[in-house]
Amino acid sequence: MDWLLEPFQHAFMQRALVACVLIGFLNGFMGGFVMLRRMALMADSLSHSLLPGLAVGVLLFGLAPMGLFFGALSAALVVALGAQLLARGARVKEDTALAILYTSAFSSGVVLLSFVKVRVSLLHYLFGNILGVSNQDLWLAYGVAVVVLPLLVAAERPLQLLLFDSSVARSQGVPVTLLNIGLVVALVLTMLSSLQAVGVILLLGLLIAPAATVYLLCDSFPVLLWGGGALGVFGAVSGLWLSYWLGVPSGACIVLVLGGLFCIAYLVSPRYGLLPKLWKARHFHKESLARWEHHH
Amino acid sequence: MSSHSLHVQDLTVSYRRIPALHHVGFSLACGSAVGVLGPNGAGKSTLLKALAGLLPIETGRITFHGREMKGANQEFAYLPQREMVDWDFPTTVRGVVEMGRYLRVRWWKRFSQEDRLAVDAALEAMQMTALQDRQISALSGGQQQRVFLARALAQEAHVLLLDEPFTGLDQPSQEGLKLVFRQLREQGKLLLISHHDLGSVQELFDQVLLLNGELLAAGPVAEVFTQENLTRAYGTRVFSKIDHGLAT
Repeated sequence: MDWLLEPFQHAFMQRALVACVLIGFLNGFMGGFVMLRRMALMADSLSHSLLPGLAVGVLLFGLAPMGLFFGALSAALVVALGAQLLARGARVKEDTALAILYTSAFSSGVVLLSFVKVRVSLLHYLFGNILGVSNQDLWLAYGVAVVVLPLLVAAERPLQLLLFDSSVARSQGVPVTLLNIGLVVALVLTMLSSLQAVGVILLLGLLIAPAATVYLLCDSFPVLLWGGGALGVFGAVSGLWLSYWLGVPSGACIVLVLGGLFCIAYLVSPRYGLLPKLWKARHFHKESLARWEHHH
Repeated sequence: MSSHSLHVQDLTVSYRRIPALHHVGFSLACGSAVGVLGPNGAGKSTLLKALAGLLPIETGRITFHGREMKGANQEFAYLPQREMVDWDFPTTVRGVVEMGRYLRVRWWKRFSQEDRLAVDAALEAMQMTALQDRQISALSGGQQQRVFLARALAQEAHVLLLDEPFTGLDQPSQEGLKLVFRQLREQGKLLLISHHDLGSVQELFDQVLLLNGELLAAGPVAEVFTQENLTRAYGTRVFSKIDHGLAT
């Protein structure tokens, strides 16, 4: 058992473990909403647009966590709302508007960070470092979890109506606009809580992969959410553990584990997997051949 | 003769800023199946969506049992065209029918016994009880229609708005759906059904609304479904299309 628990005897690994549990669950749970609302591209844009916000935060307040938090939060909200406004013009669709907005935002982040006098590495924000999370980062993740999760759980049924068919939901009195905004805000908060650990680029994997994996294994909305959360925790903790023994960057290791789990589900999921489908088709083919021969 | 319960007066509706229905007015009684007929682009879907509150209305009013229907309500249930639904959504037949109760239950409260019984009854009425644990993509076209009808029943809606429910169904499924419609009509529901197969109008409906951008005729099938009216609806459309350079 020593090999299993040894990594977690170090203080920095214990903090990383707590971070994995918190953000693994938050992201995995949130991922179900993002996937069903088809917000994956928007999530990608938002995560990239956190960078200029961080840069402005660093420029104005130095490396104080609250400055970074509000800088990133406002940048993400500007991009999210900006995309909605641009898309109103109808001819340019939302995904096109987002692609332009987020690459511009990302580039301005890179440019801004080059002006920063403090020693701060671009790489750190791109890929994160879960081994370097501070107690403040953990409190932030905890705070976000305590605010976001109960709200999502309370609004689970109206959110399900919205995700299933938003126009019918609106006609029945579901506050669609409010819930949409709520989802975007919850998404941004979730991302902010994970920034320190996995960085701007890898965020999306932690967010989407667990939900996509569970989606291939179940036909239930609550199972998708809670299962996604559980798988997020499992993937994050086992990725952290593997990275310790392999001596590789932890964020990338976590995303690789989650990606690997998705591939396994994609291949062998009893109902929606590729291999069972092929096997069934072959079986059916043989059976119908046999029936034909029997008749003649 | 039951009194008329759905009144539509002077209804004008735009679809993407272009008026698609002009000053439509009619009255319908509960317990009937009404065919909404007309050529493509005549405003059949627009009328159903406006009644469902999915499209804003420009002029006019809709009243049901003397109450003005504005915006969201539970009395009307809209059943979308089948290709508009995400059939891969992670839910079962029972899950979809339960959605009909969602807005009757407070967000944070659990389903009551009453809710469960309503869902059971709706599944039973649509003969979907045996399939209640199936994922919704693993159903035939006719079964998929019945799931959404069951959801409307669980919602306790009185007016059912169906957008081309027969499209893409095979013959046995069509027959099954016809029986279901007859049964719902006998229960006192009002069904408005957009439909394009003129051959089956007489056996399906007792009333007809004939549209072509405006209401051309409304009333019992025997009175309204005449050659003369059909020529007006479908014939004139051809000319007006040419006049407008085929703009739709």
